Amino acid sequence: MKDKTPPRPIITLEGVHKYYGDYHALRGIDAEIGEGEFFSLLGPSGCGKTTLLRAIAGFEDISSGRILLDGTDMEGVPPNRRPTNMVFQSYAIFPHLSVAENVGFGLRKAGMGNAEKARAVGEALEMVGLGGYGDRAAHALSGGQRQRVALARALILKPKVLLLDEPLSALDKKMREQMQSELRRLQRQVGITFILVTHDQEEALIMSDRIAVMFEGEIAQLAPPQELYRRPASRRVGEFIGMMNFLPATIMSEASGKLQVEVPGLGKAELERAQCPGPANPGPGEIGLRPESLTVLFDGQDAERVAPGKVEEVTYYGDMTYYDVRLEGAPNNVTVSMRNMPGRPVLARGEATKLAWDARAMVLFG
Amino acid sequence: MKGRGLHIYALVYLVFLYAPIVLLPLFAFNDGTTIAFPLQGFTLDWFRALVTTPALHEATLNSLIIAISTAVLSTCLGLFAARAATRYRFPAKPVIVGFIMLPLVLPEIIVAISLLVVMLQLGLSLSIWTIIAGHTLICVPFAIAILQGSFSNMDRSLEEASVDLGETPLTTFRLVTLPLVMPGIIASLLICFTISLDEFIIAFFLSGNEPTLPVYLWGQLRFPARLPVIMALGTILVGLSVGLLITAEFFRRRGLRRAGLPDSGGFL
Ligand SMILES: Nc1ncnc2c1ncn2[C@@H]1O[C@H](COP(=O)(O)OP(=O)(O)OP(=O)(O)O)[C@@H](O)[C@H]1O
Ligand SMILES: [Mg+2]
Repeated sequence: MKDKTPPRPIITLEGVHKYYGDYHALRGIDAEIGEGEFFSLLGPSGCGKTTLLRAIAGFEDISSGRILLDGTDMEGVPPNRRPTNMVFQSYAIFPHLSVAENVGFGLRKAGMGNAEKARAVGEALEMVGLGGYGDRAAHALSGGQRQRVALARALILKPKVLLLDEPLSALDKKMREQMQSELRRLQRQVGITFILVTHDQEEALIMSDRIAVMFEGEIAQLAPPQELYRRPASRRVGEFIGMMNFLPATIMSEASGKLQVEVPGLGKAELERAQCPGPANPGPGEIGLRPESLTVLFDGQDAERVAPGKVEEVTYYGDMTYYDVRLEGAPNNVTVSMRNMPGRPVLARGEATKLAWDARAMVLFG
Repeated sequence: MKGRGLHIYALVYLVFLYAPIVLLPLFAFNDGTTIAFPLQGFTLDWFRALVTTPALHEATLNSLIIAISTAVLSTCLGLFAARAATRYRFPAKPVIVGFIMLPLVLPEIIVAISLLVVMLQLGLSLSIWTIIAGHTLICVPFAIAILQGSFSNMDRSLEEASVDLGETPLTTFRLVTLPLVMPGIIASLLICFTISLDEFIIAFFLSGNEPTLPVYLWGQLRFPARLPVIMALGTILVGLSVGLLITAEFFRRRGLRRAGLPDSGGFL
């Protein structure tokens, strides 16, 4: 993980609450977003991602708390005077203007000469790969092109923060993947802080420096992608990011930074205290384990920690095979992912098998 | 042959609808003082008579002033109401909008009589201004209906994008909102103009001694000899109305094309 000196905060959120009438949409958001960071707001539908983004842009008044942009309290500052720009989910391309007029829209008050303006627009269009499209009518563009125009239009103003509300959700899969890497490249190139709203966990993992996972108006965890994936702060985060197996466990004891845990189906395990994000009181708990940190042992293979079980379901994906395995003594199935390789068989449903496991990959929820 | 009956029905319907209108120009150019067949030859006398009737000119002028004022006034009011109705949430919105739209279905004679009573109670003398007020009342619902369509066709994040890019709400209205609803505005102006121009009942009750064109026409019907002149006038009015409708439709379609929207409905 690349946690060097943390960048200077460009946005500070302090206890941000938002009510829509009686509905509590944001319930105390605290976060610092660094200069030049690619930051994602990730969460299921209705958790308040858009509300938070619009509050930063100035389109929603917050009920309490503070939003600081580059050290300045944004209370009462309208959207047109904030150093932020937004890429809307619908792209909001002005249909009555040409591509160049769209991109140059925000420069009207910049006091530039026409030639200077045309040059800036040309550069912005080059940057998003639309060089030479300036004279096109905006309503004749494809989805991907609209997206690029929206980006160019926002970036030409060199905002301190670029806000993107699910910018890729309207694109088809292939286009989306292409735009993901392009957005990332663009962000590095311009060095502007990007805040991306998405409900696609894979997209957030691929693109972000840090991710805030939101549930019901609260940040459940704020961490870099690797940490989020390896050490989810709660069962809910673990379930939301990627796939995670859960097995009931009993916390036996805690001594000198180590936790002794008994997991039916796997056996006894010794975990670091850091593997348990919450309190670790002795008693019932639950361990979380990613599918790739369990390994099917084929004939002749052995490992330090082995658990016997039976294959209940096989799902073949070509590059990977996913097995649902019932471990002996475990109350529920676990999913195991195995890369398909030459010489490696694919097990059949009903076969007996052995799984190798590693306590270091476990997360414990008290 | 189940299509047959429908064809006949359509034909009868169209004849019923348009035959009287076709009669207008027929008798307007007919060289005879009675409205009866057979036709007697071609003449432009009746049109010439139009030119030499000062009372008619006055009525026409009144009607134009009223129609233009009504169109502008109704469209402005409709613009505000339609924007509020599509953009903002406010308490009792359906009730308020419902009351504004009510004149659309109220019998015009009721509106006319109640307006007359109110005006007289207020001690206002009847003039073209009272007619403008009455016409605006019945035209605003049409303006709202047309403009609401324009506003709801328009993605509201367009206005937000403009503000986000540094424009104030006021310049946003000028640079983004107005151009995008302009086709609706033009359509509303033309429709309100047309409605006001041939409105009779309200104009009749509220006109005092400044008749509008329809009121003047009605007065002329007492003199059978004037009938062909009325036919000539009617011919001109039909031509104008059709022209206006076609213009309105043209602007509506151009607006849709510019906004890249599919065509759904319309007048023509
Ligand atoms: N203007 C509003 N008035 C009332 N409630 C609102 C308003 N805007 C949003 N909400 C509510 O606030 C909650 C959060 O909405 P928000 O749009 O921020 O969710 P989101 O996380 O962006 O979801 P999605 O992924 O569906 O876009 C939702 O339950 C929504 O119904
Ligand atoms: Mg949203």
